[in-house]
Amino acid sequence: MSPPRILYCRCAYAKVIDDAVKDEVLARLAESGAAFDAVADLCELAARNDRALDRLRKETPVRIAACYPRAVRWLFHGAGFPLPEDGVEVLNMRESGADEVVARLLDGARPEGSAAPGTGGDA
Amino acid sequence: MTAAGTTPRVRVVLFEGAGSAPLEDGARLDLLKSLLDAGHAVTRPAEGAVVAPADDAPHLVVGRFAPDARARLAAADDLELLDLDDAAGPAAVLPAVEAANARAGATSPGEWKPWFPVIDYDRCTNCMQCLTFCLFDVYGVDGDQKIEVRTESNCKTDCPACSRVCPEAAILFPKYKKGPINGAPVTEEDLKSEAMKADISALLGGDLYRTLRDRSAAARQRFSTERDESKALLERKRCLKELGKTLDIPDEVLMTLPSVEDIEAKAARAKEKLEERRRRSRTLNDGPPKPPPSPDDWGI
Repeated sequence: MSPPRILYCRCAYAKVIDDAVKDEVLARLAESGAAFDAVADLCELAARNDRALDRLRKETPVRIAACYPRAVRWLFHGAGFPLPEDGVEVLNMRESGADEVVARLLDGARPEGSAAPGTGGDA
Repeated sequence: MTAAGTTPRVRVVLFEGAGSAPLEDGARLDLLKSLLDAGHAVTRPAEGAVVAPADDAPHLVVGRFAPDARARLAAADDLELLDLDDAAGPAAVLPAVEAANARAGATSPGEWKPWFPVIDYDRCTNCMQCLTFCLFDVYGVDGDQKIEVRTESNCKTDCPACSRVCPEAAILFPKYKKGPINGAPVTEEDLKSEAMKADISALLGGDLYRTLRDRSAAARQRFSTERDESKALLERKRCLKELGKTLDIPDEVLMTLPSVEDIEAKAARAKEKLEERRRRSRTLNDGPPKPPPSPDDWGI
């Protein structure tokens, strides 16, 4: 089974997620060496039926750091790109702390032997 | 609803894999924040890990590339490269993304605060209260006569009024401050509370339209007898304030409400459509199959 894919939503157009939480989650993702996709705002993508949502829902399992699971699920649906029934886990940065979200995001997300940026690369 | 097929925006790929030098932790985070806060999407791939697959979005690959890696990536037709060692560092990325979006003909992000209703179809009973209630034509009906959010951009920022009249708490505004409207799980208490709010709306005069009409008629009566225009306006303001408080409608939205006459006309059209829908439903049940109404039939 492939490691879970990670999607991070910045919720850039509203102050509903604590800045400290979303900044900390992003910082630790960035340092981790794990692969991830990050978007400015899932709501904005959904409102414009952005086809980016189509690519972002593919390749499960996927863990999504955003807001309430019910909101995320129906946002994708409303945009015409429903999330798969299985293999999607939404982590709620409105309710959970950064430690909890990051721990779950990164659990098994880094392939064996991968290194954080700055410890690998041959340039 | 915005037409599918919107020109895709640039996807920034922050490449720090083999053949590149990594960014400093602080620089990497600052770059990510600046791009995301400006409305852009970023992918950071890693060897052996999965990211969202490539699609027809233009790709701008950003990194500090060794010559051979740069040559390899540059050979790909569909990738645009930005070498941070050549450019003015991470500060050059945001203008490059914006320029690439402009070349692609994509809309700029951040032109509109994404405030609009999202329907939880696990809860929605297709009662059409939201369609009837919304004065700004945000809702429509699809070919299967199912309620849908059709014109998100018509929605009035920070106004959650339609979700407050939904008897099933099926309308979400993900950026709203409180649950269950923000998507938090719906509790029995919430349902009772939502029902109470709907009842309050009814108590105000059966429905919003009737309330405004009755208040307006009363105000007109006073105006004709007292010849005091300011009293009529005050009455309308008082009525709107009451509604705003009950349904959490921002003052700015109340100020943009259509005229009473327009609201009455919309209510009449909504009523006609509802009757038509009921007639068709009866006809379908009683007689031979008839074609369902088209979405245009619902274009209230």
